[in-house]
Amino acid sequence: MQSEHGILAAALGLILSGDADLIEIVVLSLRVTLSAVLLSCVIGLPLGAAVGAWRFPGRGLIAVVLNALMGLPPVVVGLAVYLMLSAAGPFGPLRLLYTPSAMIIAQTILVTPIVAALTRQAVEDMDREYSEQFASLGVGPMRRLSALLWDARIGLLTVALAGFGRAVAEVGAVMIVGGNINHVTRVMTTTIALETSKGNLQLALALGVVLLMLALIVNAGVMAVRGVSARAAHA
Amino acid sequence: MRDMPTELSPVPWAHTPAAAPVLETRGLGFVAGGRSLIRGIDLGIRPGRRTVIMGANGAGKSLLLRLMHGLIRPTKGEVLWRGAPLDRTARDAQAMVFQRPVMLRRSVRANLRFALSVRGFAGAERAEREMQALEQARLQDLAHRPARVLSGGEQQRLALARALATAPEILFLDEPTASLDPASTKAVEDLVARAHASGVTVVMVTHDLGQARRLADDVIFLHEGTIAEAGPASVLLTAPRSGPARAWIDGRLYLDDRKS
Repeated sequence: MQSEHGILAAALGLILSGDADLIEIVVLSLRVTLSAVLLSCVIGLPLGAAVGAWRFPGRGLIAVVLNALMGLPPVVVGLAVYLMLSAAGPFGPLRLLYTPSAMIIAQTILVTPIVAALTRQAVEDMDREYSEQFASLGVGPMRRLSALLWDARIGLLTVALAGFGRAVAEVGAVMIVGGNINHVTRVMTTTIALETSKGNLQLALALGVVLLMLALIVNAGVMAVRGVSARAAHA
Repeated sequence: MRDMPTELSPVPWAHTPAAAPVLETRGLGFVAGGRSLIRGIDLGIRPGRRTVIMGANGAGKSLLLRLMHGLIRPTKGEVLWRGAPLDRTARDAQAMVFQRPVMLRRSVRANLRFALSVRGFAGAERAEREMQALEQARLQDLAHRPARVLSGGEQQRLALARALATAPEILFLDEPTASLDPASTKAVEDLVARAHASGVTVVMVTHDLGQARRLADDVIFLHEGTIAEAGPASVLLTAPRSGPARAWIDGRLYLDDRKS
């Protein structure tokens, strides 16, 4: 049994030496997570903005559902996507199960409600402030949406960040639909779970450190962008 | 019988042989939460005139302005723009400036550009109107600053320039100088005066008797949601006949006397 110091030293060694397996896992993690966050933003930003800015029947219900879906249990989403993509499922012929695409789909389902619900809140608050001016000018529904999204851009960076945080840390859903296959669908979180159970603590810890650093870097980057754009727009 | 608010008072200037009103309200009423906030308002806004709406807090001044501009739908009666119900054409011919200017989270110039784009201006004409508006509001040097870091007075000048850039026929102003210092108030009043001189019809809500004296051609005095009195400013502001208007104007003069 190695001492904790020994494990940490070995973990740092893995990171600093640029271990090929480690890099492959980190790159796949980022690919899956960033794709999922991007897709979630493409769907969630306009969806949330529409619920926040437009008045239509059922709007309140959608807002409640979006809020509730923010707390979707990942393993349940994993199971649902698994059933959809499995050979017997409706999307079985696409043969997506146990591919990074399946993981992106599962994470997109998890992250989209977060992006949409938080966007709705941000846009609704801003719409309250703008609505009379917009009505006076005669701003149409589409322009209203784009104007609100643009003016809420700084707050929406944090929304995307919340989505990134959820996706990059997620393990249950990607484990189920990705299968944690070495060199194919193995990402940081599933590797940490697997290697820890195998007693291979160096790699697990090394990945843990990378995961934390990524979270830090992404947060710092977003904070910096926020600062710059806040000075430019004074939100 | 002008001092007695009635359910269907006559159009205030119906007897004047001047130009036909550009905007009219007929039996206008608004009920909210079981309370009748505006009732039986019949009025006509004559083109090229400056109409000032006065009255105590809660008299329904701002609400009436919003009903006339179509921001709020009346629960009774109707608003007519050139004899027809409010529609897109009416909207494009109107502009409004609010007590607290609403600035988008963009630069001064981008705020102008947004309003102009919404109203269908594009290309060189839009750019030219942006420049004119900046010049009018004396904000050329601040064109690229975020609009929301401007002072209250600068923001209100921008709001007014933004409204006027869209070339409205009628301009609604809801206490545009209520939170401004005298210098900023003067700048805003100058802009209103210039707009009026170029033919824009002005409808303005104010609490400020001095402002009404400086700007009004016609005055509508509201009391508890009805028109207590309406007529030329020269008459109404010097010799009001209705009880509420007389009390209000006398009270104000009395306070002014005590101040000086």
